[in-house]
This record gives sequence, structure tokens and C-alpha cells, in this order.
Amino acid sequence: MSVIPDSSTETTGAAAAVAATSPASRRNALLRRGVPALVLLVLLAAVPLFADPFTTNTISRILIFALFAVSLDLLVGITGLPSLGHAAYFGVGAYTAGLVSIHWTSEAPVPVLLAAGAGAVAAAATGWLAVRSGGVYFLMLTLAIGELVHQLAQRLTSVTGGSNGLFGIPSVRIGGQPLTLAGLVYWYVLVLALLGFLGLWLVARSPFGGALRGIRDNEPRMRSLGYSPFRYKYVAFILAGGFAGLAGGLFAGLLRIVNPSDAGFTTSALMLLAVILGGAGTLWGPVLGAAVVVLVRDTFGPQLDGHGPLLLGIVFVVAVYVLPRGFAGLTGVLARRKRTAGGTA
Amino acid sequence: MLGWFDANLVSILNGFAIGSLLFILAVGLSIVFGMMDVLNLAHGAFFLIGSYLAVTFVAGESWGGFLTALGVAALIGLLAGGALSGLTEPLARRPILDQALLTLGISLIVAEVLSIIYGNDVFSVPPPPGLAESIDVAGRAYPAYRLMLIAVGLVLALVVWLVVEKTSIGALVRASVADREMVSAMGVDNRKVKFAVLGVGSLLATVAGVLAAPVYGARPGLDETILLLALVVIVIGGRGSVRGALVGALVIGQVESLGRALVPDLASFILFGTLALVLIVRPRGLFAGKVAHS
Repeated sequence: MSVIPDSSTETTGAAAAVAATSPASRRNALLRRGVPALVLLVLLAAVPLFADPFTTNTISRILIFALFAVSLDLLVGITGLPSLGHAAYFGVGAYTAGLVSIHWTSEAPVPVLLAAGAGAVAAAATGWLAVRSGGVYFLMLTLAIGELVHQLAQRLTSVTGGSNGLFGIPSVRIGGQPLTLAGLVYWYVLVLALLGFLGLWLVARSPFGGALRGIRDNEPRMRSLGYSPFRYKYVAFILAGGFAGLAGGLFAGLLRIVNPSDAGFTTSALMLLAVILGGAGTLWGPVLGAAVVVLVRDTFGPQLDGHGPLLLGIVFVVAVYVLPRGFAGLTGVLARRKRTAGGTA
Repeated sequence: MLGWFDANLVSILNGFAIGSLLFILAVGLSIVFGMMDVLNLAHGAFFLIGSYLAVTFVAGESWGGFLTALGVAALIGLLAGGALSGLTEPLARRPILDQALLTLGISLIVAEVLSIIYGNDVFSVPPPPGLAESIDVAGRAYPAYRLMLIAVGLVLALVVWLVVEKTSIGALVRASVADREMVSAMGVDNRKVKFAVLGVGSLLATVAGVLAAPVYGARPGLDETILLLALVVIVIGGRGSVRGALVGALVIGQVESLGRALVPDLASFILFGTLALVLIVRPRGLFAGKVAHS
């Protein structure tokens, strides 16, 4: 839905950038953005010190799914390719990390790096076909690809454990020492997830990310300017698959079991919900969306007899009507209201 | 060649039976998508409603139960489609992705409500009395019910083809697939057409669910499998094309049946490979209309 960003926030962003050229205001902007980010970072790092293991574990899971959602946002929001099969690459990453840990080594960061590589390779193999289409056709094709990977995970019983799932994944090791405490695993997840966020943010900010936005907004124009939309979309697809694979690798290390459903349709649909709910194209919005999805499904879900998806479905339907730009759209509304209030004062 | 044909006769017939079901399912989805730009991702969930209705009315016990299940399914499908048409109306001016997302949310809700009502068990439904036996086909025993499915699919294909090609309603359908704005400029109320088309399309989904119950049973997750097959049929056949839906359904039926029988481990790849091949050769599907919808 909110594939096209709010143009007013874009222009205010540009205006702020122009205004920020004077050293004083640049320092102000740095303070305004840098300080909260630093506080958030310290808070996140301190979570295991004051939270119980269950909460720590939940936040680990939110971080992993947030990385997964932001990787999907690179496709949905930045490139304008709505994928309904992104869990395929998450699943490929999770199974790769699990198998590497079981049969070879669980020494960090080998399993997650191989998971990211496997996610990217799987995306390269399937994206070559998928990015030839766009819009709703892309949705259908990625759904087919996701279902293919899901069925593979279910059928290759000797490798993946079939519908029983791949279990008995050893815990992550650092320097030969297994990480068994929830807090240590959390820090491991946090560091790698933050690196993942940083990578995706850099991609979105780069000229390459700008070209992707251009293709999203006006593909014929970009083509006439000499860009090859296919090549850009294909690379974006591979990158998104790689980061989803990284998230999958972290997931396998945290839960130490991987199920075929982790690569399935429902996972893909819930992640698309997270992106839409948070605000596509903003990168930070999908993080919030992923937090909502994880909390509703895994934390409140058991109180609803495991029917968390019902609540999520209702949230999804409501969001389509009232939050066309997601949570991120709400801040745009608030900022505009503040601005008009400031103007009249 | 003849020997091979004889050895795989059951698989080939199964392929036709699956193809018939897929046609009933996909033709509604395809026409709704082609005419109204609504990609109904809840189509698979509507199908599953039909399958569970067959369980509720014990369709295998008596013809009464089977026909009641069919009637109730048709009614629910009609109502669900009408409701969907009302729900998508406020989104008509937004990108078509928004409507697809709405139906995705609805499909999650329907699937969860069904699993609350029926639990997560796998139900099997026997065919109605008289069709449970096997019939001798070229020296091989074949379930009578599946032969009936093939017949129903062919009759329905003929009816839909006649309606779309030979009647004034069909002319409206074809015109809407080609250029909806122009049709509405000619004074046809778009909302009424949408209501009718979505109603009939969803009716076909729930009815297909009842008809499929003796073959596939009813279980959670069936909706996704079925939706995927129907979408593949549309991509192969081209949106809004009845002929495309028929050819696509028959091809995918054979891929699903013959493919699984001959190379069980690679069947998913053959399905995807078929899709890939068609998309590379004919990106808009085999039978996409000449007038492209922008």
C-alpha cells in the first residue's frame, strides 16, 4: 500500500538537509538524532542485565524478525516489489545455519555467514525469474517460490527432518565456548542484527538505493536515463535474500530448531504485515511492525489458545483501511499537526 | 508408447480430475482478477470453507447431505463474495496491491476461524453413495467419483464458455476484462458488476471445495496449497481468460498427478519449471487478451 512515500516528508527532509549546512544546526541535528539512537543502543545492550531470561529471549526474537522485516522492506518499500515469499530465504538461511552447526561447526560467525550466503544464492537462483514481473504478478510468483521452498523443506526428510523440523542444533560457540546463557545469546543476536540493520541502512542510503527508489516511482523514466531496472531489481532481490538468510541463521542459533513453516506462506504473510503495519520504505517502521507481530503471535498468542494469527489478521484488515502508511504515517501526521500549530502560534 | 500410456492411465485420469477441480476454482479467480483487478487471496480460504462444509453435512453418508453441503456452500460463497465486494469498495481508488493485502488479511482470519471450529485434525470425506465404487476403465479400476468430477468440470467449462462467448452478460464480462473504465463510461454500474462477479467467483470456490472434499479431504493448510495451484493456473493461462484457465488447469492437473507419480521428488520443481517456462516465453500468460489492461 504505502509503496509511494509521503512526498511532504521527503521535501521537509530535503529542507532539513539544506538547513543543516550551517555548523550549529548540523550539531543540533546530530544531537537530535544521535542522542536518542545512543540511548536506545545502551538500553538494548543492557536488556539482559535487568530483564528475566524469557523477556530477553522475546527481545532476541523481535530483533531477528525485525532484521527479516527490514530486509523485506528493501524489496517492498524501497524497490516497490511486494513479495509474499520472502520467508523462503529466511528458511534457507535457518536450515543452512542449522545443518552447518550440526554437521560441521557452530563457531560464530560461520553458521550465520553461510546462512546469509545461502539466502543470497537462493535469491539469485529464483529472483532471476521473479523480478521480470512486477506488482501483483510479483506477489503471485514469489508466493509460488516460497511454497516451493516450503515443500522442499517438508519432503527432503533425510536432510531437513521433514515436518518434525530440524532439531538438535548445538548452541552457538565463541572461541570454543558454547553460549548457553540467554543474555550471552542475546548479545550475539544483538551485535549481528545491528550489523545487518547497518548494512541495509547503508544500501538504502547509497546511490544504489536512490536508483531503486527511482525505479519504484518511475521505471520508464529510469530506463530512459540509462539505468537497467532489471539489473537493479535483481541485485536488490539478492541483497534482500542475503539479509533474510542472515536473520534465518540467527533464528536457528537462538531457537535451535527449524520447522518447514518458518519458510512457509504464513511467515511470509506475517512479515509483509509487519512491513505494511510499520510503514513500507521507512526501514524503522517495519522494526516496530515486527515487534507487534512477534508479541501478538508468541506472547499473547498462547492466551488466545494459539490463535494469534486471528488477531493479526484482524490487525491486518484494519491497518489496510486506517493506516495506509503504517505507524510511520502516524508520525508524519503528528509532525504536520505540530508544524501547523507552530505556524499559528 | 501405448504400454506407457496404459501403465500410467490412472495417473493421467487423476490429472484430469485434478484439472477439472482446478478449472472450477481458477476460472472464478481469473475472471475476478481480470475484470475487477481484485486479486482475491482469500479464494483458497473460501475453498476450504466448502471442504469443511462437506465434513459438517457428512456428504459421504447420503446424497441429501452432499447436496445440502453444495447448496449451503454456494450460498456462503455468494454472501462472502458480496461482502468482499463491499469491503474492497473503499479501496477502489488505491493501488491494486491494497486490495490484495485486504484479502490476504481476510484469508488469515477465515483460516484461523476454521481451525477454531474444526481443530487441526485431518478429515477425510467419502464420496456420496453410488459413486464410492470403482469403474472399469480400459481394464483398470478407477473411482467413479473422480470420473464424475471430470464430467462436471467439462460441463462447467462448456457452460462458462457459452455464457462468456455467446450471451450479452458474457459480452459485458469480456468488455470489462479489456477496458473497465470504458464499460463504466457506457453507463454500466461498476459496483453492481463487481458485486455479481465477486459473488459468482467466490461461489465457484466454495462449491469446488465441496466437490474436492472426497479427493483432498479437509485440513488446515489446504487453503494455501490450493490457492497456490490456482494462482499458477492463472499465471499460465493469462488473467481473465476462460480458455486460459481451462488449458492451465489441465496442464497443472497433469503436472500434479503424472509428475508426482513419475518423479515424486521433483514434482514441485516441475510445477515451478512449467511456470518459469511459460513466463519466459509468454510473460502475460498463454491466452492473455490482445487488449492489454494497463
